[in-house]
Amino acid sequence: MKDGPGFSDMSRRSSEPLLRLDDTQLSPLLIDGATARRGAAKPLLPQAQANQYPLDDSRVLALPTPQTPEEEEILVRSFLSGLEKLFSRENNWTFLQPLLLTMEHCARCQTCSDACHIFEASGGAEIYRPTYRSEILRRLYFEHVKGGGLLSRWQHGSVDLNWPMVARLAELAYRCNLCRRCAQACPIGVDNGLVAHEIRKLFSQEMGIAPKELHASGSMLQLKAGSSTGMPPAVVKDNVQFIDEEMAEKAGLPVETPWDVEGADILLVHNAGEILAWPENPGAFGIILNQAGVSWTMSSDLAGYDSVNYGLWYDDAQFARVAVRHAEAARKLKVKKIVIGECGHAHKSLLVIADRLLTGDLNIPRESFLTVLRDIVASGRLELDPSRNAFPVTLHDPCNMVRLMGIVEPQREILRAICPQFREMHPHGVDNYCCGGGSGFAIMSGNTFPDWRSQISGRKKLQQILDVFSDCLDPAQPKYVCAPCSNCKGQIRDLLAYHDVWKANRIQYGGLVELVVNAMADVKPGFIEWEWH
Amino acid sequence: MTTLLYLSICAAGITFVAASAARAVRYARSPLHLRWELYPVPHEEPQRVAHGGSYFEGSEWWTAPRHFNLAGELRVMIPEMLFLEALRKSNRALWYRSFPFHFGLYLLAGSAGLLLLAAFAVVLGGGLPGGPFGSVLRWLAATTGIVGLVLSFCGACALLQRRLSEPSLRSYTTVGDIFNLAFFVAVLGLIGVGYAVRPDGSPGALVIATGLLSWDSTLHVPGALAAGLFAGAALTAYIPLTHMSHFVGKYFTYHAVRWDDTPLAADPRMTAKLAEYLTYRPTWSAAHIRTNESGTWADVVSSNPGEAHR
Repeated sequence: MKDGPGFSDMSRRSSEPLLRLDDTQLSPLLIDGATARRGAAKPLLPQAQANQYPLDDSRVLALPTPQTPEEEEILVRSFLSGLEKLFSRENNWTFLQPLLLTMEHCARCQTCSDACHIFEASGGAEIYRPTYRSEILRRLYFEHVKGGGLLSRWQHGSVDLNWPMVARLAELAYRCNLCRRCAQACPIGVDNGLVAHEIRKLFSQEMGIAPKELHASGSMLQLKAGSSTGMPPAVVKDNVQFIDEEMAEKAGLPVETPWDVEGADILLVHNAGEILAWPENPGAFGIILNQAGVSWTMSSDLAGYDSVNYGLWYDDAQFARVAVRHAEAARKLKVKKIVIGECGHAHKSLLVIADRLLTGDLNIPRESFLTVLRDIVASGRLELDPSRNAFPVTLHDPCNMVRLMGIVEPQREILRAICPQFREMHPHGVDNYCCGGGSGFAIMSGNTFPDWRSQISGRKKLQQILDVFSDCLDPAQPKYVCAPCSNCKGQIRDLLAYHDVWKANRIQYGGLVELVVNAMADVKPGFIEWEWH
Repeated sequence: MTTLLYLSICAAGITFVAASAARAVRYARSPLHLRWELYPVPHEEPQRVAHGGSYFEGSEWWTAPRHFNLAGELRVMIPEMLFLEALRKSNRALWYRSFPFHFGLYLLAGSAGLLLLAAFAVVLGGGLPGGPFGSVLRWLAATTGIVGLVLSFCGACALLQRRLSEPSLRSYTTVGDIFNLAFFVAVLGLIGVGYAVRPDGSPGALVIATGLLSWDSTLHVPGALAAGLFAGAALTAYIPLTHMSHFVGKYFTYHAVRWDDTPLAADPRMTAKLAEYLTYRPTWSAAHIRTNESGTWADVVSSNPGEAHR
C-alpha cells in the first residue's frame, strides 16, 4: 500500500479514523480542462464520536459499543459464527458458488481498482480499493473457515481479528455501490462487489446490524406497512388520486389510475418514493398508458404498490420476503405481467435475482417499463413532437438495468425518437459509471454520509455530466439528465444541488417518461418545468 | 534415479488432473445460486451482444425462443483463453508480463503433448515416422518447447519483479505469492539451463519422453536436467492446490456466474433444486430471521417479521 492504512490498521484501537479526506486528495472536477473546485471546498464533517473505531469521516451503521473485553469477545464470536454460515450450503446456498470462486481465485493483480469510481474519486484511498475489504474477508476465510494454520498464513496471509476490525469491516461494506464495474474488469471473473454484498449479509443476518434506512425504515417497514415510505394502501391511493388530478390539470388530459383491476394486462409497480418525491413521474406514466389505451392497474396489496426491495443490498431473507409479496400481489389480480416502473434495483430484484425464488404460479411474467414504453413510442399510438424537447439531453445508465440486466437500447431508441439533442456520456451502456447512490446510498442520510456520497461516490458521475454538457454549460441553456431510476435520480438531484450545478449551469434532472409526456403533442406544452425541485 | 523421475512425473500428472478435477467437482456441486450475471453475455443474439444487450430488451421476452449463440461465446472464449483479452483491455501493463507467461506455458504444454505423441509413435512403431510428418513433429515440439520456455521464464521473472516493486501490490503480496512465482522462475530456469548444458550424447526431450512411456530405467538423465524435471513435476502437482488453479475457477466464474442468464422457466431441473434448498434449515441468528425457530428457508420466506410490529 502506497500511503494508506494496511490491513493491520483495521484492528487498531484508535478513535481516529483510518482515513481523513481533504480536497487536495480528491480527483479534480474538470470543466473545460480547468480544475474547478465548485462545492468541493465543503469539508467533510468530523466523525460522530459514538463509533469507537471509525473507518473514515462518515458512518452509516449504529454499531454496538461494547464496554468490556468480554462484550467485545461475544461480538467477535458472533461475527465468526456468521462467517462460517456465509460459507455453508444450508445458510447461503443463494450465493455460495460465486462467493467461493471469488474467495479462492483472486490473483490480487489490482486490475479492478482502476474500474472503481469510488477509489478513483478518493484519489486512490487504499481502504476504498475494491480488493481491500475482499482481501480481509479472504484472509479471515482461510484462517477461520478453512482451518488456517501456518501453511495457510504463508500462502494467504492473515489479519488480526478483534472488535475494531469487525466494526470497521462492517462500515467498509457500505463504501461500495455494488455496481460491479470491478467485477466486469476482472480478467478472472472475481467479484469484489459480491464480497461487499456478502459482508453486509453476514452482519444483518447474523448480528442484526444494518443501516436503519435499509432495514428498520426500509424492508421491515415495507413488510409492515406495505411500503418503505410508510404509506399504507389508503394513503397511497389518496396520494395517487391527488397526483392524477394535478397531472390532468397540468397536461390538459384526463388521468385516472386504475386500482386492483383483476385480469389487467399490466400490473404497474412504482418505486413508491416517486409518489412522494417526484409525483410527475407516476403522473406521466398514467398519462402515457391511458393515452396509449393500455390495460393496466396498480395494486393496493401489501408491497404491491412499492417495487423497492432493499433486501437486495443487504439481506437474503428480507429480499425473498418482499419479492414473494410482489409476486403474490400480481397473482391475486391475475394480471398478465408485472411491469416495473423507473427503479433500477427493483428491476434487478424482481426480474433477475428473484427469478430463482419465484417458483410455480408465483413465477409471473415480469418486464421492464422500458420495453413497454419503447413499443408504445414506436407504435405511433402517441403523437409526439420532438421539437418540444429541443434542449440537450443526456442519459444516465442505471447499473442495475444496464450492466446487470442488459437493458441498453430501448431507452436509447426512445430518446433518439423524442430528443433531437440527445448525447451520450462517456463511457456509457454496460461500461457506465454508477451515480454514486447505488446499493442504498441514495437513501442513506445519517451523520455525514450525504457529504461522502456527494464528494466521493458521486464524483465521477458529476464529472461525466459536466463533460457531456461541456459545450453548453452556459446557464442560459437548460439541460436535462435523464435518469430512469428513482435512486439514481435522488443521487443526481443531491449531486447537482451539493455542487451548485443547477444554479451555475442550469442542469436539470428527471425521468424518461417525463420527457415522453413533454413531447406529446396533445399535452399542454411545458410538462417539464425548469425549476429546481 | 531415473525410475524415481518417471514416478515423479506420473504422480505429478495424476495429482494435477485429480486435484483440478476435485476442485471443478466441488464448484459444480455447489448449489445453484441466484442469478448474478454481468453484461455483455456473449451467447445472446449477436446484434445484442454488440451493445451488451440481453433478452430483457425484447417485449414479453418469456414468449421468445431461447437463444444460445455458441459462436458468440467462442468468439469471446478463445481470445480470452489464448491471449488473455480481458487483461489486455483492462490492464495493459500487467498483460505485457502475464501474456508471455501464460502463452509460454500453453506452448510448453503443447510441446509436452507433441513429445508424448512422438514417443507413442516410437514405442508402438519402433521409431518416428520418416518423411515430412516426422520432421514437422520434431520441429514443432522443439520450437514450441524452446519458445514456450523462454516466454514463460521471462513472463515469470517480469511478474515477480512487478509484484516486488509495485506499491499497490506489495501489501497484498504474501510470502506464498512470491514463492509461487519464484518457483516458476526456478523450475523454468533449471529446465532451460539443464537442457542447454547437457553433455553431448545425453538424452534429449524425445528420448526422455520415450523412456518414460517405455519405462526405460537404464536411461541416464543428466543431473541438472533431472533436477529441473523433478522440480517441474513438483510444480505441476502444486499448481492445482493453490489459487493458481484459476484455469478451473475461471470456467465457473464465466459460465456459471457472469454468463448464467437461464431463466427458471427454461430449465425444469432448477425447480427441483430450489425445492430442495427451501427445505434447508438456516441457522442465522438475527432476530428478524429467527421468527420461526428451526424453520426452513420456505418458512423464513413465508413469514413476515413486520406483522409482529403491526
